[in-house]
Amino acid sequence: MDFAIQIFARLHITDNITILITDTQVSTWIVMALLLIFAIIVRISSRNWDASKRPSGLQNVMEMAVDAFEKLFRGNAGDKMAFLTPWFFSLFTFLIFSNIIGIVGIRPPTADWGMTFPLAFSSFLMFNYAGLKSRPKAYLKGIFLEPVFIFAPINLMGEIAKPIAMSFRLFGNVLGGMILLSLIYGIAPLALQFVLPAFLHMYFDLAAGLLQAFIFTMLSIAFVGLASGD
Amino acid sequence: MQDPMAFAVAVAHIAAVIALLNGILTTLGQGRVASAAVEGIARQPEAKGSITTSMIIGCAFAETSGVYGLVIAIIILFANPLLGMVG
Repeated sequence: MDFAIQIFARLHITDNITILITDTQVSTWIVMALLLIFAIIVRISSRNWDASKRPSGLQNVMEMAVDAFEKLFRGNAGDKMAFLTPWFFSLFTFLIFSNIIGIVGIRPPTADWGMTFPLAFSSFLMFNYAGLKSRPKAYLKGIFLEPVFIFAPINLMGEIAKPIAMSFRLFGNVLGGMILLSLIYGIAPLALQFVLPAFLHMYFDLAAGLLQAFIFTMLSIAFVGLASGD
Repeated sequence: MQDPMAFAVAVAHIAAVIALLNGILTTLGQGRVASAAVEGIARQPEAKGSITTSMIIGCAFAETSGVYGLVIAIIILFANPLLGMVG
């Protein structure tokens, strides 16, 4: 069994430059297409939404989701950084969709370190931006002069370890679930092939996927709260 | 030892198992986090929301070393850089 990332196509731009299209890229595009279609549906139906009437249907669900996430963000990162909420909400939606897309049998985009590390790195940029914007002096002092200046390399290593640990946590969990499911598909007798993996898909793709998406977003929000200092 | 490649593969499998053994302590730690959270909720049921959030973050931190072991085991089994030095 081969758990490495499969290469779908090679685009030869010039003699030296070749762009590889992998299966995680294709599933990322599928996730992006699903999210875009969903966003367009919500946008079109939001023209008929009336703030003065009682909300119902899709409006109810969307208002509940946005409201709950905003409350979560303000509770953990403070009101100062509330303008970052849309970024983390889209990160959360993207992670949910990409973690549970494995249920239809394609490789989840997050089972690729090339996907999770950029996400974690963008969160790293976010919480550094939050720290530098809300309290630049105290934030830099916390890294370079706390408790004394000799500890600056250790603090810097701790800062650099944050995105790496976050990306490996998501990657390892999703990849571990994927490998376990492929092994079960390989060893299960034919009679059980349609019953047993269904329950495991429920755990590894739905439950663990949602939990990991929540943990990734929650950790980013908590780091933003730590950096901005409230 | 006639075949150094077979020996290297066998050692790689043993190493993967050893890398996964850290799951024992990771699970113990996560169990302690969960039990402490349950105790906290039993004492203060009204603080359930914030306790649950903190518990999930604590579990995520405790899980890190376990996931590192898993990633190392996967690298050893499926993408071992050292096997190229033998064969």
